Amino acid sequence: MSKELIRLRNIRMAFDDEVVLNDLNLYINDKEFLTLLGPSGCGKTTTLRIIGGFTTPVSGDVLFNGVRINDVPPYRRQINTVFQKYALFPHMNVFENVAFGLRLKKIPDPADPTGKRMVKLSEAEISSRVMEMLETVSLKGFESRKPDALSGGQQQRVAIARALVNRPKVLLLDEPLAALDLRLRKDMQNELKRIQQATGITFIYVTHDQEEALSMSDTVVVMDKGRIQQIGRPEDIYNEPKNAFVADFIGESNILDGVMLSDYHVRFFGRVFDCVDKGFAPNESVDVVIRPEDIDIVPQAQGHLVGTVTSITFKGLNYDIIVEFKGFKWLIQTTDYHPVGAVIGIRLNPEDIHIMHKSEYSGMFGDYSSYSAEYDELTEDAGDEEE
Amino acid sequence: MKKNNAVLLSAPYLAWMVAFTLIPLGVVAYYALTDPSSGAFSLGNLANLGMYLPVLWQSIVYSLVSACICLILGYPVAYFIAHCGPFAQKFLYMLVMLPMCMSFLLRTLAWVGLLQDTGIINSLLGKIGIGPLTLIRTPGAVVLGMVYNYLPYMILPLYATIVKIDRRLIEAAEDLGCNGVQVFLRVVLPLSVPGILSGMTMVFVPSVSTFYISQKLGGTDTVLIGDVIERQFKQGNNPNLGAALSLVLMLLVLVCTSILNRFGGDQEEGGVVV
Repeated sequence: MSKELIRLRNIRMAFDDEVVLNDLNLYINDKEFLTLLGPSGCGKTTTLRIIGGFTTPVSGDVLFNGVRINDVPPYRRQINTVFQKYALFPHMNVFENVAFGLRLKKIPDPADPTGKRMVKLSEAEISSRVMEMLETVSLKGFESRKPDALSGGQQQRVAIARALVNRPKVLLLDEPLAALDLRLRKDMQNELKRIQQATGITFIYVTHDQEEALSMSDTVVVMDKGRIQQIGRPEDIYNEPKNAFVADFIGESNILDGVMLSDYHVRFFGRVFDCVDKGFAPNESVDVVIRPEDIDIVPQAQGHLVGTVTSITFKGLNYDIIVEFKGFKWLIQTTDYHPVGAVIGIRLNPEDIHIMHKSEYSGMFGDYSSYSAEYDELTEDAGDEEE
Repeated sequence: MKKNNAVLLSAPYLAWMVAFTLIPLGVVAYYALTDPSSGAFSLGNLANLGMYLPVLWQSIVYSLVSACICLILGYPVAYFIAHCGPFAQKFLYMLVMLPMCMSFLLRTLAWVGLLQDTGIINSLLGKIGIGPLTLIRTPGAVVLGMVYNYLPYMILPLYATIVKIDRRLIEAAEDLGCNGVQVFLRVVLPLSVPGILSGMTMVFVPSVSTFYISQKLGGTDTVLIGDVIERQFKQGNNPNLGAALSLVLMLLVLVCTSILNRFGGDQEEGGVVV
């Protein structure tokens, strides 16, 4: 199962002196569903294009089954791509679009005993493979339609069929669901996952949608500013983010300044908390990350910290409340209603306090807009308080 | 209210069309369908056109040959321009347009100076002991004149079509196994068809009705239908016959262009209006 198929080694990529990928190292296993996740401009699409052969890295190696393929053109790679916005051929109908790759394919002639003579696939084989693939993506009966007579979801499925019908070793998908509405997107996520499991083809999927990445992938690669921030299973990425960027980009987080006093003891907000992390230098400045759903609301008297509710939003499953502690605003998710102005206490369990090495990153992807600016402003004040 | 405004705004153009296109067309039709001596309604002029069929045929052949040469010369140029950087594209586009800033008559006359027996080319050849060659008054000279004058009309619509082809389609074709030649034959060329059709039309139509090029660069055996029509009017032979020939030529052009447009199907027109 976990046989290495693709390896990117020390990949560096720049356009006009602007560094897009910086010493990128990554390996991808056979039959794996791997997602490159990150905000726009993080280098994820460039990474995909390097694997597909559309872009050549400035330096570094691309290995496929251990063989360097930097200079192999796209049409010689056992890799097919589902392009963003599909790129279906407008002058061909659905059948011809799907048959495109098969018509170019050459196989050893079965009638030739030496097996050296190459022949094209027979029309009958092309037809049966195309029809089988159209059935897989539920587009039977659409063979003679032109792409512009199809809905977005249908076009998207033609694009998948067109790539998969060639039975590639690897399928690259560049934000294939970005143009679809939410409902269709959910259906297609399940559909893609099903197809991937049924065919055993390695999927490399690019998205900026963290939920999509978490729900579909075997492995998630979080990228930012041309660097890999973290690689891991979806559960690990979510539960054990390696730095403040990952914590903030994946799900929602409260990121605070803290000082690691010793192993298992961290101080923030002028108070020492027990935690489960160790291995930091004594008195090292750290980022403390607390997930909004991990915070327990308790009566004032029992709280580790006491704050005032400044806003409450109903989200269906829960309420999102913003609570102010000494000028800091935290996002807390709770199923109970707390009116604006209510004074509440909170408790933090040691396993819910995540300690990370300090990074320059500070809360860009928090959902509550007031956070970033105030955070920057207030960090200095808080620092003073601790002295 | 809105509709009235639109009519009002387009009134000058409508008046222009009526005065200088519709009424003259009516006059042409009137002459074509009346007897030269009595002025009565007659189909006699149209019946007499049989003897001009070879000339008409010759005009069509010359124009088609010119259009095809324009396509062969123009396509690589248009393809090249479409794949240049934005600045180079603008510059090259301007270069293609540049000859069109000069009068069509001057451009054709310049070729007379180049090609005639005592012209620049022959005197240069004479210096190295060749010639004089018969360059002018040949079918080749007429086709050359057509190609030279109308080549920009081929390049511009082709460029407009090729530049709009989505780069991702080319990448998709490579991804699915096409090498460079296959990408061109299976994707780029089929998607250029609207530009090819529009370029062919825009070279064919003015070529088939020209008389100036054939008069200046052609000889007695390269008479085109445009020459015949001009002669019927100018030398006062028979304006009724000239009108009948014009009418037939106009119908022919209309039929040709509508066939070409049918070919193009529902594709978007990438052409530039002359």
